Amino acid sequence: MAGSGLQIFAAYPALGPRGGLYRWYPFQNDAPPSWLRFGGWLAGARHWHFAIAWFLIFNGVIYLIYMIASGEWRRRVFIPSRDTSNALAMFSYYLRIRKTPPPEDFYNGLQRMAYTSAILFGVVVVLSGLAIYKPVQLYWITAAFGGYDVARVVHLSCLVLLASFTAMHLVLVALHPRTIVTMVTGGHRG
Amino acid sequence: MARLITRRKLLLGLAAGATLAGCDAGGTATAFLAGMERWNERVDRLLFSENRLAPEPPASELTPEADFPSYFISDSVPLAPDNWMLVVGGLVARPSVFSLDQLMRMPRTGMRVRHHCVEGWSAVAEWHGVTIRELAKTVGASRDTQYVQFRSFDNGYYSTWDIESSLHPQTILAYGMNGKTLDPGHGAPLRLYSPVKLGYKSVKYLTEVNFLANRTGGYWEDQGYDWYGGV
Repeated sequence: MAGSGLQIFAAYPALGPRGGLYRWYPFQNDAPPSWLRFGGWLAGARHWHFAIAWFLIFNGVIYLIYMIASGEWRRRVFIPSRDTSNALAMFSYYLRIRKTPPPEDFYNGLQRMAYTSAILFGVVVVLSGLAIYKPVQLYWITAAFGGYDVARVVHLSCLVLLASFTAMHLVLVALHPRTIVTMVTGGHRG
Repeated sequence: MARLITRRKLLLGLAAGATLAGCDAGGTATAFLAGMERWNERVDRLLFSENRLAPEPPASELTPEADFPSYFISDSVPLAPDNWMLVVGGLVARPSVFSLDQLMRMPRTGMRVRHHCVEGWSAVAEWHGVTIRELAKTVGASRDTQYVQFRSFDNGYYSTWDIESSLHPQTILAYGMNGKTLDPGHGAPLRLYSPVKLGYKSVKYLTEVNFLANRTGGYWEDQGYDWYGGV
């Protein structure tokens, strides 16, 4: 999705409508590097993007239904009143301000915050995608984002946020290599 | 709690399946994308409503004319021949030839809409002309029409539309833009315009409109762009 999306973006690597490019965006007309792109050209990338999108949506919906129906969300979702102080403590521990990590149950507060925000970015990336895919037939989604060109900014921003999440995730996995086994196998039964 | 399918077993199963599917990956990918394009067109047609009008942005959002791109495939701006006429045929009771004056005497439709290009940019302009719906009535288009084909004098550029989008109240043969006569850059003397499709579907420099029972392609569609091209 990311590679084909960047290939599509390369066809008009600017933000804002024609004649009204957004001044705050520093990379107007800079296409993303070709090694990040997928699909060969605009039409090829569009076919991949709109084909794989269905699997992303299908996967996401199953995940959300399972989360809610099983009650799993209770120990996974970031609940500010419960998790904020723990997340801050964990953050200070990573910054070496705190010597010991805070107590941790299934996840620590910082993990909950990161994983919950990733789910949120996932939902927003799909909605903003629909907004720029069908700005006339689904005009109400487009309008909710503040219009076509704003929705395009949101869509690209979600990609940047999700990529940052993944990068951070990989760094932390590299620092705690034993967690890979738990992630792949599903961890302890309980 | 016992689970019927553990994550471990699922991953092993998927790995085995992926190994088998790995053979003939190129052909498989092409077939997969073609199947998904057919599926996406079904969804597109389901989402489309003949009565849903594209929203009209305020005049303050009009794109400065110099900033509204004008694409054509000829080496230089295509210019209409002096004896230009629009030929309308196919499944019609009265095959006809129209001069620009005759088209301008037909009921006039105007709108201010946002244009969506396949490349990702948008721009706003006002367009005026006569609807395909009105044209279909005038020439007596058959009920068997499923597709409408538009041909041009821009080096053979053409496209074909589904009948539902063609008869949308905002799908017009435009002879004017932003209150003025259409200029050569934007398809003079007559172009197809509609906010319900991506820009490449709106054929400029029109020469022919054909009401058809069978689908034909288009300049970009034949090279791989999606045929439906709806927004």
